[in-house]
This record gives sequence, structure tokens and C-alpha cells, in this order.
Amino acid sequence: MWFDLGIKLAVSALILGGVLSFAGMQTWLERKQSALMQDRIGANRAYFTLPWAWAAPINWLLRKLGGLGILNVLADVMKMFTKEDIIPAQGDRFLHTLAPFLSICFALLAFSAIPIGPDVELFGRTIPLQVADINAGLLAVLALGSLGVYGVILAGMVSGSNLATLGGLRAASQVIAYEIALGVSLVGAIACFGSLDLPTIVARQGQLLWGWLPRWGVFLQPLGCLIFMTAALAHTKRIPFDLPEGEPEIIGYFAEYSGMKFGLFFLTDFVEIVLVAALTTTLFFGGWQVPYLTPAGFQCPWGGSVPVSHLAYVGLGLLSFTVKVVAFIWFFMLIRWTLPRFRYDQLMTLGWKVLFPLSLANIAVTGVLVVLIT
Amino acid sequence: MHSVSDQLLHRLREARKRRALSWWERTYLPAVAQGLWLTSAHFWRNLFLHLAHRAGLFRSVPAAATIQYPDERRKTELRLRTRHRLTKREDGTPRCVACMMCETVCPARCIYIVAGEHPDPNVEKIPKSFDIDLGKCVYCGYCVEACPEDAIRMDTQRHDIAAYSRDGMWLDIKELLNPGTRAFSEPPEKFVQLSVEEFKRLPSTPEPPPPGTGLAPS
Repeated sequence: MWFDLGIKLAVSALILGGVLSFAGMQTWLERKQSALMQDRIGANRAYFTLPWAWAAPINWLLRKLGGLGILNVLADVMKMFTKEDIIPAQGDRFLHTLAPFLSICFALLAFSAIPIGPDVELFGRTIPLQVADINAGLLAVLALGSLGVYGVILAGMVSGSNLATLGGLRAASQVIAYEIALGVSLVGAIACFGSLDLPTIVARQGQLLWGWLPRWGVFLQPLGCLIFMTAALAHTKRIPFDLPEGEPEIIGYFAEYSGMKFGLFFLTDFVEIVLVAALTTTLFFGGWQVPYLTPAGFQCPWGGSVPVSHLAYVGLGLLSFTVKVVAFIWFFMLIRWTLPRFRYDQLMTLGWKVLFPLSLANIAVTGVLVVLIT
Repeated sequence: MHSVSDQLLHRLREARKRRALSWWERTYLPAVAQGLWLTSAHFWRNLFLHLAHRAGLFRSVPAAATIQYPDERRKTELRLRTRHRLTKREDGTPRCVACMMCETVCPARCIYIVAGEHPDPNVEKIPKSFDIDLGKCVYCGYCVEACPEDAIRMDTQRHDIAAYSRDGMWLDIKELLNPGTRAFSEPPEKFVQLSVEEFKRLPSTPEPPPPGTGLAPS
């Protein structure tokens, strides 16, 4: 029992550490990627050196890292932690402090049901690379993702500022408009895979269509994938869906936050991007599956196979998941730095009049096709 | 036959008519894809160029439009008016004869000259002090136009002037004769008066770079 607990803790630590470092490095990615997209250079000046003579190689490395702008992440964190934490006099002291923690907790909890790799056979045991094997894992992830918005609404309501309240209300209306499309767009995928269990969904994406095409969700549900990605992008509350923040006009639900409490909201945004990228990967792009890789080895559809050992199989699965997640983070960042922000009525029109009916139509068509085929 | 203005008006009206979007265009998906294509093309191109520069390839193709000030400086235009300087005679005294033309023409009234006698009878007068308040200067160049002696020029290629106070933007005659000697972080000396002998003993700085090159980073 203690052994199982230790393994669970190790897996949780791996996932938590991975998610947090991905989220932290996104500040770097955001700076550098936007710079490259706009023909700029980006952050490249922040670095520090150690005063001792023996530290010369470390200093050389620090200079190189500073030149790449990576030490700016560290500078950000130091700034966030050392800034004054202001709680407005009209605000509620307890709830004001609670809001950012709610926000980040639910975003991180949603990762518990996502499988990051195939089951590992070690010391005669089967270790799933997943924190909690919930049999309706997809619903749990969606529920936890939606709960995160309570932190945002709470932050807007208890700050004692009209602008923050506006931001909170906008967040509430935006989330209602998009969570419905988000959930409904997944019904088609659930019908195709016939399961709510995320490991099962991933396992079924390892099969092949017509003997050569990986049976990924994106090929079965192209429209569902598009709707899910749009709604999920709206869920992360970033441009082009950053109405709750709305920097040009209302500053947003965190208008009255400073220091690391603001930093937690900032981190939540990045964690949610990782979450959305992981969910898109898991549901529509095969999760940790590598195309044509089975536990026995590579099986090419036109014949021929290469055997792969178990540990290599696990490693390739983890690598595949990571690569896919990073690619989606890159893609969401690309969208964030390319598209302009929606107007409020356009946002509502898109959510209620376009995505919601489209996802309903998607369910109808998928249902008929699934019944006809099976 | 329509008149030219009628034709122009007609063309303007035609241009203002918006084309009705097709069903496919109204989904905005092609426009979104075009935008993403453009930005990602820039991303990959610049990423490739940055990596190639590290390896010493394609050095002539810039990967970014950035000029890394103050490590690099922008090339100036030939006609750019930069900070003033006073030209010197061969013996180191200012070429200026204190005729007050520039002080008179200056629309910002930022030039202050105190005239004095020159010991050489062939030279009529000499400025004992010559001050320009750059905080007031509008860089119109009238002082250069008005000068009958080619004694004031705006070609130092220096245009990055920053100081902690308005007084810090003051240029005295020592700095005007030898640009680059004054530390702008220190409070200025105003109305410094120098004699002819002191002018000759001033350490001289090199001539500014030719116009259109820009000042090399120090």
C-alpha cells in the first residue's frame, strides 16, 4: 500500500512539476515567440552573475541564458513575490485572498484525470501514468475546468471596484456562452469512442482507419475538433477572447490584485493553456499514441515492423504527448499574437448563434452515422 | 460626357461600396488562416535566421528589425540636424565673432552669447561665453543658416540627449567647442567665460563623423 502511495505521489509530482514548468516557461515563450513573429528580438538583457572566482563557468552559462531571455522568468517571479500585496479597503479580505487560490487549484486539479503516457510495467506491477483513474474522467476534467471560473467571478465581486466587477460579470457570461459549446462539441467524440474514460479514449485512438489512417479524434470529428478548440481558447480568457480582462477599457477582474496574488491569476491563464493543449491532444490528436506504434513495436500499414522494448515504448509515448502539447501551446500562442479581440456582441453571437447550433448539428450527424455504421 | 470631377466622384463611390462577402468568407476561417499563415511564416523564417546567424550563416540577412541601442546606433540621414557645435580656428579659439546673428534669429531664444574684445586687431570680437539651452532648442537650424562665419554647425551626429533636469540640458562653450566632453549626469556650468589663452589650452576632441554615418557607440 505504501509502495502504491509512493508511486502515486511520484506520478503526481511529475505531472505537477511538468505543468508548472510548462506554465512558467510560457512567459518566456510568449516574449520570444511574439518577438519572432513581429521581426523583433525580444527579452535578452536580464542576467546576473555570481561574485566568486570559481563561479566563472556558471556566470558564462548565466550570460548565455540571459541572452536568450530565460532569466526574465526568474526576474518576473522575484518581482511578483516582492511587490506589495494590496487588499482594497472596500473589499472582502478573506474572499479576496481565496479567489486566486480557487482559480489556480481547479486549473491544476483538472490535470489529475489526463493520462500522459501508456501504462508502465515495472517490478511486476502496472503503473498508470495518470493521477486519478476516474471512470468518467472527461466529465471530471470539464467540471473542474468550469469550476475555475468561480475564482475569477469571486475576484471581480469582492474587490470593491466597479471595473473588476464588470470583468467578473463578463467572465461569467463568456464562460456560460462557451462552456455549453465546449461540452456539447465533445458529445460527438464521446459517441465515436464510446467511452468517457480518458485512457480508453486514448487507447481507441491507437487503432487504424481503413488500415492506414490513425483513428484520431480530429479525423473522426473535424468539426467537433474546431468547435472544441475555439471554445477552449475562449475558456483560457486570452486574446481573441480576453473580454474579462479587456485591458484597453476595464483592466479586468484582477484590477485590484497585486503581487503574487495577481501572479497566480497570471499563472492560471498559462496553466489553462497547458490544460487546453493537453485536452485537445488527448481527445482529438491521439493522446500519447505514436502513429503505427503498438506495444510490440512499429507496425507499418504497408508491411514490415520494428520491435520496440517496453521502456522505449513508454518513453516514446511520453515524448509524443509532450511534443503534441508543446505544439498546441505554440499554436495557441500564435493565435493570441495574430488575431484581434472580438467585440462583446460578436463574442456572444459566436458563442450562442454559431458554435452552439453547430455543435448540436454535429451531434445529430455523428449520431446518425454511428448508428448506421454499427 | 461626364466631367473629370464627375468621373472621380463616381470612382470614389464605387470604391466605397463594400463587396458582399460570400458564405465561406463570412465564416472568417479563410481570413484567420491567412493571418496565421503570415505570422507563422515570419516566426519560422526568423527562427531559422537566428539559428543560422549563430552558426555564422546568412549574416547579411537580418532576422529582426531591431537596432540594439546603445550597442548599435541607427544610421543618420545626410540632412539630419543633430546637436550643435562651434567650429574652431587653427589655434583652437572659436571661429565665432560674437555678431549675435544666431542669438537674434533663434525662435526659441535658447542661445546666450557674451561678447568680448579679441587681442588680435584683425579679429573683431570673440565670445567670452556661448551657451545653448537644449531644453528650449527646437532644432530649426536657423542659427546655422544665419551664421556669416560658418562658426556654428549642427553635425555632431549626437541626438540622444538625456538629463535628470532641465538645467542638465545646458551646453556651455567648452562642450560646444569639444562635443562629448561634458558628463550629462552632472549639474551644468552656466555662462562659463574663457579667455583666448584658455581657449587655446582646451583639450580638443576629434572631428565628428561625416554626415549620414551616425555616431559609433562609445
